[in-house]
Amino acid sequence: MDMKKIMIVGAASAIAKEVAILFAKEGASLYLVDINQGRLEAVEGDILARYDTKIKLDVLNVLDFERHEPVFKRAIEALNGLDAVLIAHGTLANQEETQQDIEKIIREFNINCVSVITLASLAANYFEKKKEGLIAVISSVAGDRGRMSNYIYGSAKGGVTTFLQGLRNRMAHSNVTVITIKPGMVDTPMTAHLPKSPLFSKPKDIGKIIYKAMLSKKDVVYAPGYWRLIMWVVVHIPEFIFKKLKM
Amino acid sequence: MNQKQNILNKYESWGRFPRSEPREVVNLFWRNEIPDLNQFSSSVLAYAYGKSYGDSCQNDGGILLDTKGLSRLISWDRKKGIIRCESGVTLAEILDFAVPQGWFLASTPGTKYISVGGALANDVHGKNHHKNGTFGCHVIKFELIRSNGERLICSEDENYELFCATIGGLGLTGLITWVEFKLQPCPSSFFAIESIKFDSLEEFFEINEESEVFDYTVSWVDTTATGSKLGRGIYNRGNHANPKLYKLPDLPKPKQIPLPIEAPFINSCTVNVFNMLYYNKQMNKVEKQIVHYDPFFYPLDAVVGWNRAYGKNGFIQYQFVVPFERGKETIQKILRKVSDSGMSSFLTVLKTFGYVKSPGMLSFPRPGITMAVDFRYDGQQVLDKLKELDVLVREAGGVIYPAKDSRMSSDDFQRFYPNWKEFSEFIDPKFSSSFWRRVTKS
Repeated sequence: MDMKKIMIVGAASAIAKEVAILFAKEGASLYLVDINQGRLEAVEGDILARYDTKIKLDVLNVLDFERHEPVFKRAIEALNGLDAVLIAHGTLANQEETQQDIEKIIREFNINCVSVITLASLAANYFEKKKEGLIAVISSVAGDRGRMSNYIYGSAKGGVTTFLQGLRNRMAHSNVTVITIKPGMVDTPMTAHLPKSPLFSKPKDIGKIIYKAMLSKKDVVYAPGYWRLIMWVVVHIPEFIFKKLKM
Repeated sequence: MNQKQNILNKYESWGRFPRSEPREVVNLFWRNEIPDLNQFSSSVLAYAYGKSYGDSCQNDGGILLDTKGLSRLISWDRKKGIIRCESGVTLAEILDFAVPQGWFLASTPGTKYISVGGALANDVHGKNHHKNGTFGCHVIKFELIRSNGERLICSEDENYELFCATIGGLGLTGLITWVEFKLQPCPSSFFAIESIKFDSLEEFFEINEESEVFDYTVSWVDTTATGSKLGRGIYNRGNHANPKLYKLPDLPKPKQIPLPIEAPFINSCTVNVFNMLYYNKQMNKVEKQIVHYDPFFYPLDAVVGWNRAYGKNGFIQYQFVVPFERGKETIQKILRKVSDSGMSSFLTVLKTFGYVKSPGMLSFPRPGITMAVDFRYDGQQVLDKLKELDVLVREAGGVIYPAKDSRMSSDDFQRFYPNWKEFSEFIDPKFSSSFWRRVTKS
């Protein structure tokens, strides 16, 4: 299957923009969705300065659940069908503040887990009928094991990861690819408040990994690959030890 | 607030001297969502990659506006080679984008890891100054956000005075959000270069005279050589390599080695060895090569964080320009002082500036001979020695480069840049830098 018509949710995010540029280079038409028109235009301008391709923009606050379906339908209409959907939006709230505030917990879960699940479900139902398509979702290594420093974000991503496992199983019977992307720490606006270590990756490199994973229809991708090893170790620390660590 | 501290102390200058720390860093990501600058309790200054050697990129105790997130292209005219991009885009990104399409930077300094905004604010120059002038000579327009909320387009036709004040204006006139500038055509990614050994300053000037026809010229001088060898070095000159005239090699794979630890590798012993090896690695009087732009323009970029090799105290780069009339004798005197003092310099560069005039009010380059010398900072001693060099520069009617400075006196600055008062009328009241406070205190 050629990926010529792609919808990206969270398209103004640093990683998603890099993926969009790589697809634009191949001449794909893009339907870019994000929360803010000005940001979408900035990203559109950056892509168009590089490659001449068809781009449509749509503003969506993913917390407006009732607007998910209309936006999705508009995307299908605008590009005359979709070949792939990349879901890339997310927030990383301060764990200590969030854990003290029920409303914030709900909000973080709605953004990072529930809205991802609803959007991916819309894409799945559409591709299932078409008997082809690709859904790529940016989850996180943080979803592999809960840690005290970011378990609200982590458990939302963990929910996404488990959801995608089930969805992949369902879609495998309809020739639809479902990709779980698990980036480690990436130097983006989302992590601007964190001190940087050598483990941080550049959005451009992560974008390239996602692009390649989409072309080769991988199932689960750690980005970069060494996070698979790091998380293997993290996951295998016995719980009675793990709970005593400050991670 | 350990985490915050860990972030703040990353905002160093390239020379890491003097030490300084902002009170707060504000990350900017979207050119249409710049916060109200007047809300901040202290002064602000834009900071991107911190490649300014001295304190012109520092705002000790104040606020730094980190512009690295303003990293998008805005428009590109491939036919005319005109690019508009956000101010945090690096020259490296411009090259990656434009060179395969046949366009090169019209002016570039010795590192490509600087932001476009910084290139404008320091009105940077490169090996082709004698032909193309400074970076600012190729700027068509830019947007400047002032703390009163105004968003001004500055160009030759609009807000021309602010246009001139901002080019080379050390980031003090407001926040530059995007820049539109012109590139120059290039036939390939390669350069046809010649390296010529010279034994003395006399010979340097002879070669230099006949080299003005080359687009790019720069020389390395061995500051460890004394006596009859004083002023020896290697003259590099070159042009864009046209594939019709030269057989070009394959594109090299970009290589970057990170410098893993902070240690004072650079000391008088290693400097002596390096200078000796560097001079003697070239066996012949003249060598001709076809090289990629990376090793030709950006040799030091291959070692990420090479500045840390000077150890925790950092280093000072001393760059000045003196008019041609007194050039030879002044360079001679300064070289002698440097080599006699034993404060040998790792990398000393000599080049002539040409007559192309920049619109920049406070721009450093002007016709004459410029020299850049690196010194490890190891205390008052270095500062005292540099004061002696200041005297020679002053006497010759020369000036020192603000973007690299961390120690010139306010008297000297005001003498070197007599229009500084006129310039200061264009400074945004909310903007300041450690450099500016230092050189304007009375």
